[in-house]
Amino acid sequence: MIQTQNLGKRHGPTVAVDDVSVAIAAGLTAIIGPNGAGKSTLLTLIGRLARMDAGAAVVGGLDVATTKTRTLAQRLAVLRQDNHLAIRLTVADLVGFGRFPHGGSGRSADDLEHIERALDLLELAELRDRYLDELSGGQRQRAFVAMAVAQDTDYLLLDEPLNNLDPRHAVALMKLLAELAQTRGLTIVVVMHDINTAAQFADTIIAMKDGRIHCHGTVDDVVTVPNLATLYETPVRVERLGARRVVLWD
Amino acid sequence: MAELLTRERRRARPGRTVTWLAILTALALACIALYLVTDMPAAAAYALGLRGRTITGMIIAAAAIGVATVLFHTLTANRILTPGIMGFDAVFVLIQTGVAFTLGPAFLAGAPAAASWAVELVVMTGAVVGLYWWLFVRRRLDLHVIVLAGLILGTLFRSITAFLQRLLDPDTFAIVQNLVFASFTSVDRTLLLPTGLLVAAALASLWPIRRSLDVLALGETPAIGLGVDHRRVVMHTVIVIAVMVAASTALVGPVAFFGLLAANLAYSLVGHRHRHSIPAVVAVGTIALVGGQLVLDRVLGFGTELPIVIEFLGGVLFIVLVLTGRAR
Repeated sequence: MIQTQNLGKRHGPTVAVDDVSVAIAAGLTAIIGPNGAGKSTLLTLIGRLARMDAGAAVVGGLDVATTKTRTLAQRLAVLRQDNHLAIRLTVADLVGFGRFPHGGSGRSADDLEHIERALDLLELAELRDRYLDELSGGQRQRAFVAMAVAQDTDYLLLDEPLNNLDPRHAVALMKLLAELAQTRGLTIVVVMHDINTAAQFADTIIAMKDGRIHCHGTVDDVVTVPNLATLYETPVRVERLGARRVVLWD
Repeated sequence: MAELLTRERRRARPGRTVTWLAILTALALACIALYLVTDMPAAAAYALGLRGRTITGMIIAAAAIGVATVLFHTLTANRILTPGIMGFDAVFVLIQTGVAFTLGPAFLAGAPAAASWAVELVVMTGAVVGLYWWLFVRRRLDLHVIVLAGLILGTLFRSITAFLQRLLDPDTFAIVQNLVFASFTSVDRTLLLPTGLLVAAALASLWPIRRSLDVLALGETPAIGLGVDHRRVVMHTVIVIAVMVAASTALVGPVAFFGLLAANLAYSLVGHRHRHSIPAVVAVGTIALVGGQLVLDRVLGFGTELPIVIEFLGGVLFIVLVLTGRAR
């Protein structure tokens, strides 16, 4: 369970996150909303990558502002959008860094098992000895997700992980996340823009606008014409296709 | 089976790294031995004493500058900067010039070496750590803003120095010039032990945080996400960099020129893990300084200056590495 209470963050005069109190249960949760709605900032605050100006965030019973960062890293993995590296690493080396919070050298049998599993889950086994700067943007993106998976945490926060991914890998990643959430009881929060993909895979959707929670609920609750039309201030249609909801912009 | 294969692959690369470390160490020792024993004059004991002093100063400077550069790269998640950009040597030259200007050249030349060493060390370390602490811990500014601030302050110090030097009389100016140029052959013997101990202590303090440093090189947000106590590790690293640069500058003068080259050669040979790159950069730095001095003394007959020799040979080597695809 992730809980925030009156969470606030300002960037100079603009309010990025405004008094957000939300509870996120286990499962796959997607955060959607227009540009500048505060989605990424909310994720960074929960992931203690930035300091909150007001309120509190609690992840699995740990207050992120006061808990030791190493302890948090054993429970919570967080991945930002921009993943540029100055140093030259292979895919396997990068994924190995995911074992850092658990101490050890990254070479113990237990560590290797987690690294292998993460490489397999993200279909990176063949690229394991390739250097990251020789890979495409999508392959690199998957390597970073694999690092977060190797961290073996109960909570996973991903900021636009579908960036740079082709449809095949985007769907594969979403399926993997949904499966991890279901079979291992993880709490996974994903910031994303593609509402159709969110509606297809997420258990819960949080819509944000102007730093606040616009609406929060199941896919059926959130993906409706009035909600989306006010959220994006754009005319929209929501069609049913079998059991799925499909959003069409007009 | 799959697991076995993985382990084999994992071992293959560290093996190569260890080989490179061994080669570098052997080369460094060979340079030292060659410098000490070749071309020996009749008064062997006297020459050995002088050469021993010079070479100890070089090894300390090589270790300090090389390690400081690697740490600065880690800190800024970048590999093309040098700690010189923070204006360390500018502070050093400003102190020397300022003292000559206010207290006179006799004071500067006559002050006991240990005392002026200690004062320079404290002022240089204090200035840089103070700047970082204020901007990074108190003001919570971005690291790159701080580097930029250091760059501008360095320019300011250099401008003040240039202004003061214009006001000096020619004799005093000559004395100051002599003091602010790097020199290994006029190292004060009494300073070798304290500087060596200080650099060794700073190096030893890195051992417990070596893995955190590896993670720090990924950048600030990944490091925090992986549970590195970012501010603590960064301040620790800044203090070590400041102490190392200040110690070597106070010992032999500004010698940052070869740090960038040594660090990048080390990366291309042994990779970015600090437990490999730090020993490697010490060895590469030693080879550069001692080997460069060897070429300067015995081949060129003091026909030029050490930085020129090192940068020429290092540049050639670097081009070779780039062309053969080793350096990335």
